Amino acid sequence: MSVDTKTAIEVRGLAKRFGDVEAVAGIDFDVRDGELFGFLGPNGAGKSTTINVLIGLARSDAGTIRIGGIDCSTNPKAAQHLMGVVPDESNLYPELTGFENLCFCGALYGMARRDRESRARDLLEQFGLTEAGGRKFGGYSKGMKRKLTIAAGIIHSPPILFMDEPTTGIDVASARQIRQLVAELNRGGTTIFLTTHYIEEAERLCQRIGFIVKGRIVRTDTVQDLMRRTDGRHVVQFAVSSGAARLCESIAAEFPALQCQAVSDTAVRVESPEPVRIGPLVRSIEDSGAEVTEARKLQPSLEDVFVEITGIEAGVMKQEREKAKMGGGA
Amino acid sequence: MKAWIAFWNILAKDFRAYYLKPPNISWGIIFPLAWTGMFFIRSGAGLDSVPTLLPGVIAVSILFGTTSLLSVTVTFEKKGRSFERLLLAPIPLEVLMLAKTAGAILFGVANAFVPVAMAAFLMDFSRVNWATLIPAIVLIAVSSTFLGLFIAVSVSEVFEAQTFSNFFRFPMLFLCGLFFPIAQLPVWLRPLSYVLPLTYGADVLHGSIHRAPYLPLVLDFGMLASFCILLFAFSLRNVRRKWIV
Repeated sequence: MSVDTKTAIEVRGLAKRFGDVEAVAGIDFDVRDGELFGFLGPNGAGKSTTINVLIGLARSDAGTIRIGGIDCSTNPKAAQHLMGVVPDESNLYPELTGFENLCFCGALYGMARRDRESRARDLLEQFGLTEAGGRKFGGYSKGMKRKLTIAAGIIHSPPILFMDEPTTGIDVASARQIRQLVAELNRGGTTIFLTTHYIEEAERLCQRIGFIVKGRIVRTDTVQDLMRRTDGRHVVQFAVSSGAARLCESIAAEFPALQCQAVSDTAVRVESPEPVRIGPLVRSIEDSGAEVTEARKLQPSLEDVFVEITGIEAGVMKQEREKAKMGGGA
Repeated sequence: MKAWIAFWNILAKDFRAYYLKPPNISWGIIFPLAWTGMFFIRSGAGLDSVPTLLPGVIAVSILFGTTSLLSVTVTFEKKGRSFERLLLAPIPLEVLMLAKTAGAILFGVANAFVPVAMAAFLMDFSRVNWATLIPAIVLIAVSSTFLGLFIAVSVSEVFEAQTFSNFFRFPMLFLCGLFFPIAQLPVWLRPLSYVLPLTYGADVLHGSIHRAPYLPLVLDFGMLASFCILLFAFSLRNVRRKWIV
Protein backbone atom coordinates (compact mmCIF):
# COMPACT_ATOMS: atom_id res chain seq x y z
CA MET A 1 0.00 0.00 0.00
CA SER A 2 1.46 3.42 -0.82
CA VAL A 3 0.47 6.98 -0.15
CA ASP A 4 -0.50 8.77 -3.35
CA THR A 5 0.24 12.31 -2.30
CA LYS A 6 3.54 14.02 -1.53
CA THR A 7 2.17 15.03 1.85
CA ALA A 8 1.70 12.04 4.11
CA ILE A 9 0.12 13.99 7.00
CA GLU A 10 -1.55 17.37 6.65
CA VAL A 11 -2.85 19.15 9.74
CA ARG A 12 -4.69 22.47 9.61
CA GLY A 13 -6.07 24.42 12.56
CA LEU A 14 -6.15 21.38 14.85
CA ALA A 15 -7.56 22.28 18.25
CA LYS A 16 -8.50 20.25 21.29
CA ARG A 17 -9.68 21.30 24.74
CA PHE A 18 -10.20 19.26 27.90
CA GLY A 19 -12.58 21.41 29.93
CA ASP A 20 -10.77 24.67 30.62
CA VAL A 21 -7.42 23.32 29.44
CA GLU A 22 -6.44 24.13 25.88
CA ALA A 23 -4.37 21.04 25.05
CA VAL A 24 -3.82 21.86 21.38
CA ALA A 25 -4.43 25.39 20.14
CA GLY A 26 -5.06 25.42 16.41
CA ILE A 27 -1.84 23.92 15.07
CA ASP A 28 -0.79 23.52 11.43
CA PHE A 29 1.92 21.28 10.04
CA ASP A 30 2.72 18.87 7.22
CA VAL A 31 4.75 15.70 7.21
CA ARG A 32 6.16 14.85 3.81
CA ASP A 33 5.99 11.43 2.25
CA GLY A 34 8.99 9.32 3.40
CA GLU A 35 10.04 11.82 6.04
CA LEU A 36 11.01 11.16 9.65
CA PHE A 37 9.34 14.03 11.45
CA GLY A 38 10.09 14.71 15.10
CA PHE A 39 7.47 16.30 17.35
CA LEU A 40 9.22 17.72 20.37
CA GLY A 41 8.00 19.35 23.50
CA PRO A 42 8.01 19.11 27.27
CA ASN A 43 5.47 17.02 29.17
CA GLY A 44 1.98 18.49 28.86
CA ALA A 45 2.86 20.39 25.68
CA GLY A 46 0.18 18.61 23.65
CA LYS A 47 2.28 15.92 21.93
CA SER A 48 0.21 12.93 23.03
CA THR A 49 -3.09 14.73 22.48
CA THR A 50 -2.00 15.58 18.94
CA ILE A 51 -0.93 12.01 18.19
CA ASN A 52 -4.17 10.62 19.68
CA VAL A 53 -6.25 12.88 17.46
CA LEU A 54 -4.17 11.96 14.41
CA ILE A 55 -4.56 8.21 14.94
CA GLY A 56 -8.26 8.38 15.79
CA LEU A 57 -8.20 7.76 19.55
CA ALA A 58 -9.42 11.28 20.26
CA ARG A 59 -11.68 13.74 18.49
CA SER A 60 -10.57 17.24 17.58
CA ASP A 61 -12.68 20.27 18.45
CA ALA A 62 -11.63 22.05 15.27
CA GLY A 63 -9.40 21.69 12.25
CA THR A 64 -8.78 19.15 9.53
CA ILE A 65 -6.45 16.17 9.29
CA ARG A 66 -5.57 14.37 6.08
CA ILE A 67 -3.59 11.14 6.29
CA GLY A 68 -2.33 9.94 2.91
CA GLY A 69 -4.82 12.30 1.31
CA ILE A 70 -7.77 10.84 3.27
CA ASP A 71 -9.87 13.23 5.34
CA CYS A 72 -9.85 11.71 8.83
CA SER A 73 -12.98 13.50 9.97
CA THR A 74 -15.10 11.86 7.25
CA ASN A 75 -13.29 8.54 6.82
CA PRO A 76 -11.20 7.73 9.90
CA LYS A 77 -11.23 3.95 9.35
CA ALA A 78 -9.83 4.28 5.80
CA ALA A 79 -7.03 6.43 7.20
CA GLN A 80 -6.32 3.82 9.88
CA HIS A 81 -5.54 1.32 7.10
CA LEU A 82 -2.58 3.51 6.12
CA MET A 83 -1.11 3.92 9.57
CA GLY A 84 0.76 1.89 12.09
CA VAL A 85 0.87 3.01 15.70
CA VAL A 86 3.50 2.40 18.35
CA PRO A 87 2.03 3.71 21.61
CA ASP A 88 4.08 5.07 24.48
CA GLU A 89 3.29 1.92 26.50
CA SER A 90 3.80 -1.66 25.34
CA ASN A 91 0.14 -2.67 25.21
CA LEU A 92 0.21 -6.13 23.66
CA TYR A 93 -1.43 -9.15 25.28
CA PRO A 94 0.67 -10.63 28.11
CA GLU A 95 -0.96 -14.08 27.84
CA LEU A 96 -0.11 -14.47 24.13
CA THR A 97 3.35 -15.30 22.80
CA GLY A 98 5.32 -12.79 20.78
CA PHE A 99 4.47 -14.63 17.56
CA GLU A 100 0.76 -14.86 18.46
CA ASN A 101 0.65 -11.17 19.32
CA LEU A 102 2.09 -10.23 15.93
CA CYS A 103 -0.29 -12.59 14.09
CA PHE A 104 -3.23 -11.18 16.04
CA CYS A 105 -2.26 -7.61 15.15
CA GLY A 106 -1.93 -8.63 11.50
CA ALA A 107 -5.43 -10.14 11.62
CA LEU A 108 -6.82 -6.84 12.92
CA TYR A 109 -5.72 -5.34 9.59
CA GLY A 110 -7.37 -8.15 7.63
CA MET A 111 -4.16 -10.00 6.72
CA ALA A 112 -4.65 -13.60 5.60
CA ARG A 113 -3.24 -16.28 7.92
CA ARG A 114 -0.32 -17.27 5.67
CA ASP A 115 0.70 -13.64 5.08
CA ARG A 116 0.59 -12.64 8.72
CA GLU A 117 2.47 -15.71 9.91
CA SER A 118 5.21 -15.23 7.35
CA ARG A 119 5.46 -11.50 8.12
CA ALA A 120 5.50 -12.20 11.88
CA ARG A 121 8.44 -14.60 11.44
CA ASP A 122 10.31 -12.04 9.34
CA LEU A 123 9.74 -9.30 11.91
CA LEU A 124 10.81 -11.48 14.82
CA GLU A 125 14.03 -12.14 12.95
CA GLN A 126 14.52 -8.49 11.98
CA PHE A 127 14.03 -7.39 15.61
CA GLY A 128 16.24 -10.12 17.05
CA LEU A 129 13.32 -11.81 18.80
CA THR A 130 13.17 -15.15 16.97
CA GLU A 131 14.04 -17.15 20.07
CA ALA A 132 11.65 -15.19 22.26
CA GLY A 133 8.82 -15.48 19.70
CA GLY A 134 7.42 -18.59 21.35
CA ARG A 135 7.45 -17.11 24.85
CA LYS A 136 4.60 -15.20 26.45
CA PHE A 137 4.80 -11.42 26.04
CA GLY A 138 4.20 -10.93 29.77
CA GLY A 139 7.62 -12.45 30.49
CA TYR A 140 9.58 -10.15 28.14
CA SER A 141 12.04 -7.50 29.38
CA LYS A 142 11.07 -3.84 28.85
CA GLY A 143 13.37 -3.54 25.84
CA MET A 144 11.98 -6.70 24.22
CA LYS A 145 8.44 -5.47 24.87
CA ARG A 146 9.19 -2.17 23.12
CA LYS A 147 10.71 -3.98 20.15
CA LEU A 148 7.73 -6.31 19.79
CA THR A 149 5.36 -3.34 20.13
CA ILE A 150 7.16 -1.65 17.25
CA ALA A 151 7.01 -4.88 15.23
CA ALA A 152 3.25 -5.06 15.94
CA GLY A 153 2.88 -1.49 14.67
CA ILE A 154 4.41 -2.39 11.30
CA ILE A 155 3.03 -5.93 10.85
CA HIS A 156 0.75 -4.70 8.04
CA SER A 157 3.58 -2.70 6.38
CA PRO A 158 1.92 0.70 6.85
CA PRO A 159 3.28 3.58 4.79
CA ILE A 160 2.88 5.91 7.78
CA LEU A 161 4.03 5.08 11.29
CA PHE A 162 3.20 7.01 14.47
CA MET A 163 5.65 6.44 17.31
CA ASP A 164 4.97 7.91 20.72
CA GLU A 165 8.11 8.12 22.88
CA PRO A 166 9.55 4.84 21.55
CA THR A 167 12.66 4.82 23.75
CA THR A 168 11.28 6.17 27.02
CA GLY A 169 11.90 4.00 30.06
CA ILE A 170 14.13 1.35 28.49
CA ASP A 171 17.81 0.54 28.90
CA VAL A 172 20.49 2.29 26.89
CA ALA A 173 21.37 -0.71 24.68
CA SER A 174 17.73 -1.38 23.74
CA ALA A 175 17.12 2.32 23.08
CA ARG A 176 20.11 2.37 20.75
CA GLN A 177 18.83 -0.72 18.92
CA ILE A 178 15.37 0.82 18.58
CA ARG A 179 16.81 4.03 17.16
CA GLN A 180 18.65 1.94 14.56
CA LEU A 181 15.43 0.11 13.70
CA VAL A 182 13.54 3.40 13.36
CA ALA A 183 16.22 4.76 11.04
CA GLU A 184 16.12 1.54 8.97
CA LEU A 185 12.34 1.71 8.66
CA ASN A 186 12.57 5.28 7.45
CA ARG A 187 15.30 4.37 4.95
CA GLY A 188 12.91 1.69 3.68
CA GLY A 189 10.41 4.43 2.78
CA THR A 190 8.13 4.54 5.83
CA THR A 191 6.97 8.01 6.83
CA ILE A 192 7.49 8.32 10.57
CA PHE A 193 5.87 10.76 12.98
CA LEU A 194 7.92 10.53 16.15
CA THR A 195 7.10 12.22 19.42
CA THR A 196 9.88 12.41 21.95
CA HIS A 197 11.29 14.62 24.63
CA TYR A 198 14.81 13.31 24.04
CA ILE A 199 16.23 16.16 22.01
CA GLU A 200 19.40 14.24 21.12
CA GLU A 201 17.25 11.41 19.75
CA ALA A 202 15.33 13.79 17.52
CA GLU A 203 18.57 15.48 16.42
CA ARG A 204 20.07 12.12 15.47
CA LEU A 205 17.05 10.61 13.72
CA CYS A 206 14.75 13.26 12.31
CA GLN A 207 14.91 15.19 9.08
CA ARG A 208 12.50 17.86 10.29
CA ILE A 209 11.33 18.82 13.73
CA GLY A 210 8.29 20.64 15.06
CA PHE A 211 8.54 22.18 18.52
CA ILE A 212 5.28 22.28 20.46
CA VAL A 213 4.89 24.26 23.66
CA LYS A 214 1.62 24.79 25.56
CA GLY A 215 -0.39 23.43 22.63
CA ARG A 216 1.21 25.70 20.04
CA ILE A 217 3.81 24.87 17.42
CA VAL A 218 6.52 27.44 17.92
CA ARG A 219 8.81 26.33 15.10
CA THR A 220 9.01 23.66 12.38
CA ASP A 221 12.21 23.29 10.42
CA THR A 222 14.87 20.90 9.18
CA VAL A 223 17.51 19.93 11.74
CA GLN A 224 20.19 21.65 9.61
CA ASP A 225 18.25 24.92 9.50
CA LEU A 226 17.55 24.77 13.21
CA MET A 227 21.22 24.15 13.96
CA ARG A 228 22.18 27.12 11.79
CA ARG A 229 20.91 29.31 14.61
CA THR A 230 23.87 28.15 16.65
CA ASP A 231 26.47 29.02 13.99
CA GLY A 232 29.08 31.42 15.35
CA ARG A 233 28.17 30.72 18.97
CA HIS A 234 30.86 29.69 21.41
CA VAL A 235 30.11 27.84 24.62
CA VAL A 236 32.46 26.89 27.43
CA GLN A 237 31.47 25.00 30.55
CA PHE A 238 33.49 25.24 33.76
CA ALA A 239 33.37 22.65 36.52
CA VAL A 240 33.84 24.54 39.79
CA SER A 241 34.13 23.52 43.44
CA SER A 242 30.89 25.27 44.51
CA GLY A 243 28.76 28.45 44.38
CA ALA A 244 28.07 28.50 40.63
CA ALA A 245 25.21 31.00 40.97
CA ARG A 246 27.38 33.49 42.89
CA LEU A 247 30.21 33.02 40.37
CA CYS A 248 27.84 33.78 37.49
CA GLU A 249 26.96 37.12 39.07
CA SER A 250 30.62 38.09 39.38
CA ILE A 251 31.41 36.92 35.79
CA ALA A 252 28.46 38.90 34.45
CA ALA A 253 29.74 42.01 36.26
CA GLU A 254 33.31 41.57 35.06
CA PHE A 255 32.57 40.37 31.49
CA PRO A 256 29.30 42.01 30.39
CA ALA A 257 29.65 40.69 26.81
CA LEU A 258 29.34 37.09 28.01
CA GLN A 259 26.15 35.23 28.85
CA CYS A 260 26.60 33.17 31.98
CA GLN A 261 24.37 30.49 33.43
CA ALA A 262 24.72 28.26 36.51
CA VAL A 263 23.89 24.77 35.19
CA SER A 264 24.17 23.33 38.70
CA ASP A 265 25.91 24.36 41.91
CA THR A 266 29.21 23.10 40.48
CA ALA A 267 28.87 23.97 36.77
CA VAL A 268 29.00 27.34 35.05
CA ARG A 269 28.18 27.73 31.37
CA VAL A 270 29.44 30.73 29.43
CA GLU A 271 28.22 31.71 25.95
CA SER A 272 29.50 34.33 23.58
CA PRO A 273 29.25 35.28 19.89
CA GLU A 274 33.07 35.65 19.98
CA PRO A 275 35.60 32.93 20.89
CA VAL A 276 35.77 32.69 24.70
CA ARG A 277 39.16 33.39 26.30
CA ILE A 278 39.43 30.84 29.06
CA GLY A 279 42.43 32.22 31.03
CA PRO A 280 40.84 35.47 32.29
CA LEU A 281 37.67 33.59 33.21
CA VAL A 282 39.54 30.94 35.22
CA ARG A 283 41.44 33.70 37.04
CA SER A 284 38.18 35.55 37.76
CA ILE A 285 36.56 32.43 39.16
CA GLU A 286 39.57 31.59 41.31
CA ASP A 287 39.77 35.21 42.54
CA SER A 288 36.19 34.75 43.71
CA GLY A 289 37.33 31.92 45.96
CA ALA A 290 36.27 28.89 43.91
CA GLU A 291 38.44 26.23 42.33
CA VAL A 292 38.15 25.36 38.61
CA THR A 293 38.55 21.63 38.05
CA GLU A 294 37.72 21.53 34.35
CA ALA A 295 37.03 23.86 31.42
CA ARG A 296 35.39 22.31 28.36
CA LYS A 297 34.41 23.80 25.00
CA LEU A 298 30.91 22.61 24.08
CA GLN A 299 29.43 22.16 20.64
CA PRO A 300 26.07 23.96 20.61
CA SER A 301 23.29 21.39 20.34
CA LEU A 302 19.67 21.18 19.30
CA GLU A 303 18.85 21.50 22.98
CA ASP A 304 20.30 25.02 22.89
CA VAL A 305 18.12 25.79 19.90
CA PHE A 306 15.10 24.34 21.70
CA VAL A 307 15.80 26.46 24.77
CA GLU A 308 16.26 29.54 22.64
CA ILE A 309 13.10 29.00 20.59
CA THR A 310 10.78 27.83 23.32
CA GLY A 311 12.11 29.83 26.22
CA ILE A 312 11.97 26.68 28.32
CA GLU A 313 14.89 26.41 30.68
CA ALA A 314 17.35 23.62 29.92
CA GLY A 315 16.86 22.49 33.52
CA VAL A 316 13.19 21.73 32.89
CA MET A 317 14.06 19.49 29.97
CA LYS A 318 16.81 17.87 32.02
CA GLN A 319 14.39 17.13 34.84
CA GLU A 320 11.99 15.54 32.37
CA ARG A 321 14.73 13.44 30.84
CA GLU A 322 15.78 12.26 34.28
CA LYS A 323 12.18 11.47 35.22
CA ALA A 324 11.92 9.39 32.06
CA LYS A 325 15.21 7.70 32.78
CA MET A 326 13.90 6.37 36.09
CA GLY A 327 12.98 3.18 34.26
CA GLY A 328 16.25 2.91 32.31
CA GLY A 329 16.97 5.72 29.94
CA ALA A 330 17.67 6.44 26.37
CA MET B 1 -14.23 -9.84 4.35
CA LYS B 2 -11.24 -8.17 6.01
CA ALA B 3 -13.41 -7.07 8.95
CA TRP B 4 -14.47 -10.70 9.43
CA ILE B 5 -10.83 -11.84 9.63
CA ALA B 6 -10.47 -9.39 12.50
CA PHE B 7 -13.80 -10.55 14.00
CA TRP B 8 -12.82 -14.23 14.10
CA ASN B 9 -9.37 -13.51 15.43
CA ILE B 10 -10.66 -11.25 18.23
CA LEU B 11 -13.15 -13.99 19.17
CA ALA B 12 -10.50 -16.72 19.02
CA LYS B 13 -8.05 -14.59 21.03
CA ASP B 14 -10.66 -13.94 23.74
CA PHE B 15 -11.44 -17.65 23.98
CA ARG B 16 -7.78 -18.48 24.39
CA ALA B 17 -7.01 -15.59 26.70
CA TYR B 18 -10.12 -15.67 28.89
CA TYR B 19 -12.94 -18.13 28.31
CA LEU B 20 -10.89 -21.32 27.93
CA LYS B 21 -8.65 -20.59 30.90
CA PRO B 22 -9.01 -23.38 33.50
CA PRO B 23 -10.35 -21.04 36.25
CA ASN B 24 -13.09 -19.76 33.94
CA ILE B 25 -13.99 -23.22 32.65
CA SER B 26 -14.26 -24.56 36.18
CA TRP B 27 -16.17 -21.46 37.30
CA GLY B 28 -18.46 -21.78 34.27
CA ILE B 29 -19.29 -25.37 35.25
CA ILE B 30 -19.12 -25.28 39.05
CA PHE B 31 -21.13 -22.08 39.45
CA PRO B 32 -24.23 -23.35 37.58
CA LEU B 33 -23.82 -26.77 39.22
CA ALA B 34 -23.77 -25.17 42.67
CA TRP B 35 -26.83 -23.00 41.92
CA THR B 36 -28.68 -25.97 40.48
CA GLY B 37 -27.85 -28.30 43.36
CA MET B 38 -28.64 -25.62 45.93
CA PHE B 39 -32.08 -24.82 44.51
CA PHE B 40 -33.04 -28.43 43.89
CA ILE B 41 -32.08 -29.50 47.40
CA ARG B 42 -33.37 -26.34 49.17
CA SER B 43 -36.83 -26.50 47.51
CA GLY B 44 -37.59 -29.67 49.45
CA ALA B 45 -40.36 -30.54 47.02
CA GLY B 46 -38.58 -33.52 45.54
CA LEU B 47 -38.12 -34.17 41.86
CA ASP B 48 -41.46 -32.53 41.04
CA SER B 49 -39.88 -29.14 41.69
CA VAL B 50 -37.14 -29.60 39.09
CA PRO B 51 -39.12 -28.26 36.07
CA THR B 52 -40.23 -25.18 38.00
CA LEU B 53 -36.72 -24.45 39.26
CA LEU B 54 -34.86 -25.15 36.02
CA PRO B 55 -35.75 -21.83 34.26
CA GLY B 56 -34.40 -19.93 37.27
CA VAL B 57 -31.06 -21.71 37.40
CA ILE B 58 -30.64 -21.48 33.62
CA ALA B 59 -31.19 -17.72 33.78
CA VAL B 60 -28.91 -17.28 36.81
CA SER B 61 -26.13 -19.25 35.10
CA ILE B 62 -26.35 -17.15 31.94
CA LEU B 63 -26.70 -13.83 33.73
CA PHE B 64 -23.77 -14.29 36.09
CA GLY B 65 -21.54 -16.05 33.54
CA THR B 66 -21.87 -13.39 30.85
CA THR B 67 -21.94 -10.21 32.91
CA SER B 68 -19.06 -11.25 35.16
CA LEU B 69 -16.68 -12.24 32.41
CA LEU B 70 -17.47 -9.58 29.84
CA SER B 71 -17.50 -6.64 32.19
CA VAL B 72 -14.19 -7.76 33.69
CA THR B 73 -12.39 -8.64 30.46
CA VAL B 74 -13.32 -5.42 28.69
CA THR B 75 -12.46 -3.31 31.75
CA PHE B 76 -9.18 -5.22 32.12
CA GLU B 77 -8.20 -4.58 28.49
CA LYS B 78 -9.24 -0.95 28.74
CA LYS B 79 -7.14 -0.50 31.87
CA GLY B 80 -4.13 -2.27 30.30
CA ARG B 81 -4.61 -0.14 27.15
CA SER B 82 -4.70 -3.21 24.88
CA PHE B 83 -8.24 -2.18 23.98
CA GLU B 84 -6.71 0.86 22.23
CA ARG B 85 -5.10 -1.58 19.82
CA LEU B 86 -8.58 -2.80 18.85
CA LEU B 87 -9.92 0.73 18.51
CA LEU B 88 -7.05 1.52 16.12
CA ALA B 89 -7.93 -1.40 13.84
CA PRO B 90 -9.56 -0.33 10.57
CA ILE B 91 -12.80 -2.16 11.31
CA PRO B 92 -16.21 -0.69 12.15
CA LEU B 93 -16.80 -0.24 15.88
CA GLU B 94 -19.96 -2.37 15.58
CA VAL B 95 -17.94 -5.35 14.26
CA LEU B 96 -15.30 -4.84 16.94
CA MET B 97 -17.82 -4.80 19.80
CA LEU B 98 -19.72 -7.78 18.36
CA ALA B 99 -16.42 -9.68 18.25
CA LYS B 100 -15.67 -8.72 21.87
CA THR B 101 -19.12 -9.84 23.01
CA ALA B 102 -19.47 -13.01 20.89
CA GLY B 103 -17.21 -14.99 23.22
CA ALA B 104 -19.27 -14.07 26.29
CA ILE B 105 -22.51 -14.92 24.47
CA LEU B 106 -21.20 -18.39 23.61
CA PHE B 107 -19.89 -18.79 27.16
CA GLY B 108 -23.35 -17.85 28.51
CA VAL B 109 -25.10 -20.34 26.22
CA ALA B 110 -22.69 -23.07 27.29
CA ASN B 111 -23.33 -22.16 30.96
CA ALA B 112 -27.08 -22.51 30.38
CA PHE B 113 -26.68 -26.12 29.36
CA VAL B 114 -24.94 -27.14 32.61
CA PRO B 115 -28.22 -27.11 34.63
CA VAL B 116 -30.08 -28.51 31.60
CA ALA B 117 -27.65 -31.44 31.49
CA MET B 118 -28.03 -31.97 35.24
CA ALA B 119 -31.83 -31.81 35.04
CA ALA B 120 -31.79 -34.38 32.22
CA PHE B 121 -31.22 -37.02 34.89
CA LEU B 122 -34.00 -35.74 37.12
CA MET B 123 -36.95 -34.78 34.90
CA ASP B 124 -38.84 -35.75 31.79
CA PHE B 125 -37.73 -33.59 28.85
CA SER B 126 -40.39 -34.86 26.45
CA ARG B 127 -42.64 -31.86 27.21
CA VAL B 128 -39.89 -29.28 26.81
CA ASN B 129 -40.39 -26.99 23.82
CA TRP B 130 -36.84 -26.76 22.43
CA ALA B 131 -37.97 -24.51 19.58
CA THR B 132 -38.63 -21.71 22.05
CA LEU B 133 -36.15 -22.73 24.78
CA ILE B 134 -33.00 -22.49 22.64
CA PRO B 135 -33.78 -19.09 21.06
CA ALA B 136 -34.70 -17.84 24.54
CA ILE B 137 -31.38 -19.04 25.97
CA VAL B 138 -29.49 -17.35 23.11
CA LEU B 139 -31.40 -14.07 23.48
CA ILE B 140 -30.97 -14.05 27.26
CA ALA B 141 -27.22 -14.64 26.72
CA VAL B 142 -27.08 -11.79 24.19
CA SER B 143 -29.01 -9.34 26.36
CA SER B 144 -27.01 -10.26 29.49
CA THR B 145 -23.74 -9.90 27.57
CA PHE B 146 -24.78 -6.49 26.28
CA LEU B 147 -25.73 -5.56 29.84
CA GLY B 148 -22.17 -6.59 30.80
CA LEU B 149 -20.86 -4.43 27.96
CA PHE B 150 -22.94 -1.50 29.12
CA ILE B 151 -21.45 -1.95 32.61
CA ALA B 152 -17.90 -2.33 31.24
CA VAL B 153 -18.04 0.93 29.30
CA SER B 154 -19.54 2.77 32.25
CA VAL B 155 -16.71 2.07 34.72
CA SER B 156 -12.94 2.29 34.68
CA GLU B 157 -11.82 -0.23 37.30
CA VAL B 158 -12.29 -4.01 37.35
CA PHE B 159 -13.68 -3.98 40.92
CA GLU B 160 -16.17 -1.26 39.92
CA ALA B 161 -17.38 -3.53 37.13
CA GLN B 162 -18.18 -6.29 39.62
CA THR B 163 -19.93 -3.94 42.06
CA PHE B 164 -21.90 -2.25 39.29
CA SER B 165 -22.86 -5.68 37.86
CA ASN B 166 -24.42 -6.72 41.17
CA PHE B 167 -26.38 -3.50 41.25
CA PHE B 168 -28.24 -4.83 38.18
CA ARG B 169 -28.06 -8.58 38.67
CA PHE B 170 -29.57 -9.16 42.08
CA PRO B 171 -32.64 -6.87 41.76
CA MET B 172 -33.20 -8.36 38.30
CA LEU B 173 -33.19 -11.93 39.68
CA PHE B 174 -35.83 -11.16 42.28
CA LEU B 175 -38.02 -8.94 40.13
CA CYS B 176 -38.13 -10.89 36.86
CA GLY B 177 -40.54 -13.62 37.90
CA LEU B 178 -38.01 -16.44 37.94
CA PHE B 179 -38.44 -17.40 41.57
CA PHE B 180 -41.56 -15.45 42.57
CA PRO B 181 -44.38 -14.77 40.12
CA ILE B 182 -44.59 -11.09 39.24
CA ALA B 183 -48.23 -11.14 40.34
CA GLN B 184 -47.04 -11.79 43.92
CA LEU B 185 -44.81 -8.71 43.98
CA PRO B 186 -46.08 -5.48 45.58
CA VAL B 187 -48.07 -3.46 43.06
CA TRP B 188 -45.57 -0.59 43.08
CA LEU B 189 -42.71 -2.95 42.14
CA ARG B 190 -44.42 -4.63 39.23
CA PRO B 191 -43.80 -1.87 36.63
CA LEU B 192 -40.10 -2.24 37.40
CA SER B 193 -40.29 -5.93 36.46
CA TYR B 194 -41.45 -5.03 32.98
CA VAL B 195 -38.42 -2.86 32.24
CA LEU B 196 -36.04 -5.78 32.87
CA PRO B 197 -34.99 -7.96 29.92
CA LEU B 198 -34.87 -11.07 32.10
CA THR B 199 -38.62 -10.81 32.83
CA TYR B 200 -39.35 -11.65 29.20
CA GLY B 201 -36.61 -14.28 29.07
CA ALA B 202 -37.89 -15.92 32.25
CA ASP B 203 -41.42 -16.03 30.86
CA VAL B 204 -40.23 -17.91 27.74
CA LEU B 205 -38.08 -20.26 29.84
CA HIS B 206 -41.02 -21.11 32.13
CA GLY B 207 -43.26 -21.42 29.08
CA SER B 208 -40.85 -23.77 27.32
CA ILE B 209 -40.30 -26.08 30.31
CA HIS B 210 -43.35 -26.46 32.53
CA ARG B 211 -46.25 -24.10 31.89
CA ALA B 212 -47.76 -21.72 29.35
CA PRO B 213 -46.07 -18.30 29.21
CA TYR B 214 -47.97 -15.40 30.81
CA LEU B 215 -47.16 -13.05 27.94
CA PRO B 216 -47.50 -13.70 24.21
CA LEU B 217 -44.28 -15.26 22.86
CA VAL B 218 -44.03 -12.58 20.18
CA LEU B 219 -43.98 -9.94 22.89
CA ASP B 220 -41.38 -11.85 24.95
CA PHE B 221 -39.02 -12.35 22.01
CA GLY B 222 -39.70 -8.87 20.67
CA MET B 223 -38.87 -7.27 24.03
CA LEU B 224 -35.73 -9.40 24.44
CA ALA B 225 -34.56 -8.42 20.94
CA SER B 226 -35.36 -4.76 21.65
CA PHE B 227 -33.32 -4.84 24.88
CA CYS B 228 -30.41 -6.40 22.97
CA ILE B 229 -30.52 -3.64 20.33
CA LEU B 230 -30.93 -0.86 22.90
CA LEU B 231 -28.14 -2.07 25.20
CA PHE B 232 -25.76 -2.58 22.27
CA ALA B 233 -26.55 0.83 20.77
CA PHE B 234 -26.18 2.53 24.15
CA SER B 235 -22.85 0.78 24.77
CA LEU B 236 -21.53 1.83 21.34
CA ARG B 237 -22.58 5.40 22.05
CA ASN B 238 -20.75 5.27 25.38
CA VAL B 239 -17.60 3.85 23.75
CA ARG B 240 -17.64 6.66 21.19
CA ARG B 241 -18.29 9.32 23.83
CA LYS B 242 -16.07 8.07 26.64
CA TRP B 243 -13.24 6.16 24.99
CA ILE B 244 -12.71 8.25 21.86
CA VAL B 245 -12.80 11.58 23.69
